[in-house]
Amino acid sequence: MKKSFMFKGLILTLVFSLALVGCAQDSEPGEESLENEIKVGMVTDVGGVHDNSFNQSAWEGLQRLEEAGAKVDYIESQGESDFEPNLNEFVNDGWDLTWGIGFLMGDAIAAIAEQNPDSNFGIIDAVVDAPNVVSTVFKEHEGSFLVGVVAAMTTETNKIGFVGGMDIPVIKKFETGFVEGVKAVDPAIEVVIEYTGSFVDAGLGKASAATMYDNGVDVIFHAAGGVGDGVFGEASERSGVWVIGVDKDQSITFGHEVTLTSMMKYVDEAVYQVSKDFGEGNFEGGVRELGLAENGVGLPAENPNLSDEIMDAVNDYKEKIINGEIVVPSGI
Amino acid sequence: MEWLKLIVDLTHNTIVFSTALVFAAIGGMFSERSGVVNIALEGLMIIGAFTGAVVTFFVDQALGGSFISPWIGFLSAILAGIIFSLPHAVASIRYEADQVVSGIALNFLAIGAAIYFTKVLFNGSAQTKTLMTSFDKWSIPFLSDNAIVGSLFKAYPTSIIMFFVVVISYVVLFKTPFGLRLRAVGEHPRAADTMGINVFRTRYIAVMISGGLAAMGGATLVLTTTNNFTHSTISGHGFIALAALIFGKWHPIKTMFAALFFGMATALKSVLQQFGITDFVPVEFIFILPYLLTILVLAGLIGRAEAPTALGKPYKLGSR
Repeated sequence: MKKSFMFKGLILTLVFSLALVGCAQDSEPGEESLENEIKVGMVTDVGGVHDNSFNQSAWEGLQRLEEAGAKVDYIESQGESDFEPNLNEFVNDGWDLTWGIGFLMGDAIAAIAEQNPDSNFGIIDAVVDAPNVVSTVFKEHEGSFLVGVVAAMTTETNKIGFVGGMDIPVIKKFETGFVEGVKAVDPAIEVVIEYTGSFVDAGLGKASAATMYDNGVDVIFHAAGGVGDGVFGEASERSGVWVIGVDKDQSITFGHEVTLTSMMKYVDEAVYQVSKDFGEGNFEGGVRELGLAENGVGLPAENPNLSDEIMDAVNDYKEKIINGEIVVPSGI
Repeated sequence: MEWLKLIVDLTHNTIVFSTALVFAAIGGMFSERSGVVNIALEGLMIIGAFTGAVVTFFVDQALGGSFISPWIGFLSAILAGIIFSLPHAVASIRYEADQVVSGIALNFLAIGAAIYFTKVLFNGSAQTKTLMTSFDKWSIPFLSDNAIVGSLFKAYPTSIIMFFVVVISYVVLFKTPFGLRLRAVGEHPRAADTMGINVFRTRYIAVMISGGLAAMGGATLVLTTTNNFTHSTISGHGFIALAALIFGKWHPIKTMFAALFFGMATALKSVLQQFGITDFVPVEFIFILPYLLTILVLAGLIGRAEAPTALGKPYKLGSR
């Protein structure tokens, strides 16, 4: 009998230690009171704030806001069931503006925004139709068009790969724009497309990159969040192959040896701008769409791997897209 | 020739994606052959992945990107796995607890503890930074340069270790006195005890071996595939390893092939998509392929899976 008590005790201890871990990321609002200080929180999707991708970018935008005097914090979601509780944590603690980062959080933001009409929200990559939500979306197809041009002018095998995460509208925009960009340069180039069905399992990215490179692809553009880490991992073990990063300048993480360029999505800029407008009292629910013209997407400022010829072509196309000469289809 | 290259590359990728599964499945084999259910493989892999990532990262920082750091990470992971398997061993051997419950508890504890300590070590972030160094593939000069079959002569050191582990496990299990005792303890502990075999000690050793091997599997994933540790680094690999173990009928060589089969499903997924099968079949069907194959194989192809007779039954001194 005694033994079984001890065992139950052991199990209980394990369970409680779990519960404690759940509380590790505590976001108690502080007591300090700067004048007109706004409190802006963000909830990541399952990628986490160091995903080398849009969650990290959004957090960098908030950190800029912090320098400007706001109070900022984040909560990372471990799964889709965490979205609503995490958003609620900020709302219930009285934070002024709460961001949901990523398309996957659209439904959660819609639900919480409806339950809390007096709180304000921002969402990246999804459109939520509510007066207290700013929906920030990007014209990914325009930026992807430009990296498609880069890929087409770089490839020597005339085979280019695209690795997508889940088959969802926002990723479809990357794919469509990218293929359009490639075809604009040379319609004969083959584009191999794979969706991994995940944004987190780097092993799947490694598998698809390995298969692509084995079959003669020499440039891969990934739009797959953490899965892309596997694409970079595979590329760094080979020579003569390139990866085009996504969302952030991924050469910072993976180096210029494998990173041809990146399709930047200035999530940081968007998060910063909207939050700043909010702090200045100019909050307006609705859709904000950022494309090449609004500097919402584009290539990084520095591109040591791209020749002048390529850069000229890119800038040429960019101008044509901005002035409407070329209309890039979004595919959705 | 193109088909040959395709098959060679598929083989190569299959081995890459199976290595971690083989380690964990062979680990589970030792534990289960001795009569202790080890559903904690998932948790032990998590601990191995976490330790491998963290130790490699900090050793790397201290040494400035040395090739030795992944090896130190790998060895630390084994040690951590052995230590982390002890609660399961103590609960199920000393305290005669339900082995499934204690294994599940260990799985929950592993992910909670790993994420908690990652947050402590990396400024509140739930994932480690990307490792500067990890295992590079070893290759045989000249042979590996061949355009068609070259990738057969390239492998991660972990894949080579894996084949040695399988062979050694086979020899230990079937050709040594220790292996005979281990199997005896798993089949009929009472008889083994009568013959003077220490059932408890044998089971402790078996569970610790399984902890070390499963952790090797976790570390392999981090050091060859993901290059960092997050909550999703190990997402079900331990359970797939467990399926491979049953599929392989608790036999080291068969278990290896079962794990290779699951690895091939991952590699095949990419090949099928990239060669245009999605023009005819929705992509979702390709995603479910590995799981579908698992069910089909387990349901029909292998016949009855004969588990060790004493599996899951705690041994009480003096019982019949």
